[in-house]
Amino acid sequence: MSDTTATTPFSETTLLRFARGNRLQYDRVREQWFIQAPERAFIADPNAAEVLQLIDGKRTLGAITDKLHQKFNAPREVILRDTLRLTQELADKQVLTVV
Amino acid sequence: MSNTPPPPMSLLAELTHRCPLQCPYCSNPLQLDARTTELSTADWRRVIEQAAEMGVLQVHFSGGEPMARPDLPELVAHAVSLGLYTNLITSGILLNPKTLKALSDAGLDHVQLSFQDATPEQADYIGGMAGAQAKKLEAARLIVEDGLPLTLNFVIHRQNAERVPAMLQMAETLGARRVEIAHTQYYGWGLLNRDALLPSRTQLEETERAVAQARARFGTRIAIDFVTPDYYADQPKPCMGGWGQRFLNVSPSGKVLPCHAAESIPGLHFPSVQEETLAAIWQNSPLFTLYRGTDWMPEPCQSCAFKEQDWGGCRCQALALTGNASATDPVCERAPGHSVIQQAIANRPAVPPAFRYRRYGNAETA
Repeated sequence: MSDTTATTPFSETTLLRFARGNRLQYDRVREQWFIQAPERAFIADPNAAEVLQLIDGKRTLGAITDKLHQKFNAPREVILRDTLRLTQELADKQVLTVV
Repeated sequence: MSNTPPPPMSLLAELTHRCPLQCPYCSNPLQLDARTTELSTADWRRVIEQAAEMGVLQVHFSGGEPMARPDLPELVAHAVSLGLYTNLITSGILLNPKTLKALSDAGLDHVQLSFQDATPEQADYIGGMAGAQAKKLEAARLIVEDGLPLTLNFVIHRQNAERVPAMLQMAETLGARRVEIAHTQYYGWGLLNRDALLPSRTQLEETERAVAQARARFGTRIAIDFVTPDYYADQPKPCMGGWGQRFLNVSPSGKVLPCHAAESIPGLHFPSVQEETLAAIWQNSPLFTLYRGTDWMPEPCQSCAFKEQDWGGCRCQALALTGNASATDPVCERAPGHSVIQQAIANRPAVPPAFRYRRYGNAETA
């Protein structure tokens, strides 16, 4: 396969944005974060929402990890591991794309 | 159920029943709404506002052909301004650089484009319109060029099932992100044309194999949604995710329905957006509470372990095949009416009869 997002593992230097037709949205009625995507909307849990709010096409995954490390009292390597796993999964679903 | 239901996730906005195509499996009702009965732009703006307020997340602009309404870009822009996700479900026949730009500028999020087959002759025959396939291929090219995510939708039946591999190839060639390989559902026009459409079990299994092979080849690049023909299933589908659980449908004339075929059920009052708010209809109308949840269920549903998975199946199919909308969907192998499904399969004619095309007045002699 030629799809680089599917075959190249993400790292601290990876730069991501939301693919067109995909976004993070707070639903005031259900008081939950949702990922809006083609033909479906799915819940983003609070941890995922923290990561996804920082994805803007300018911050690398390393920079996002640093910000979350400052904000939350968790080991940096744990945050990085979770961030890489989440973003890889969402890139596979075509929600996120490499800049 | 007396509890307040959770708000719907999606609004299917059927802006019009007018359409340049006449597919014999159309999901619109046999009695099509005339242009003169269609809601005004102001009505649709109000419906969209009420939907956003009650917690709808996605609006699917559909029809008929929604692009036949000149106010479509205005309605899309209005939905976008309220934070709604906007999806256009179109035949692509009226799509050109100018009409696409108006929708793209309005903030449209996604396009689902229908195809009737992989070869132009067959596709034009099924849709009942000469030259349709060429227009659709051009529409797909323009959508991808604009950068909008594109889903291709193919409705599958005995007269195109063998070309599923070619359809999947089309999705790849055209640059689609998703493709729906959706077997026909048999109510309304599909039921009227069932002998011309129902595939054999062998045909079904070949489509399943083609989809499995393509999934392995596509990986994460192209997602495939496969919808099985429920006549060959042993369990019914959870129609609309359960009656009045996730979806709201507003018809061209403003009727608020739990599904697009609900108007086929006799003896019910269908509430209108002209008279009440969407939220009031969703929460309190007799139509939406009628089959919501499990209290209404007969046996064998009532004591079935799957009753909150399939919600008793499809009410319109139960009506169409048993004469009783409150019956267990006969697709279920435990249903008392299941033999009608087996008979329909056994009685498939060797040669498909001519289509009864979907057009105004064409169901009246049924």
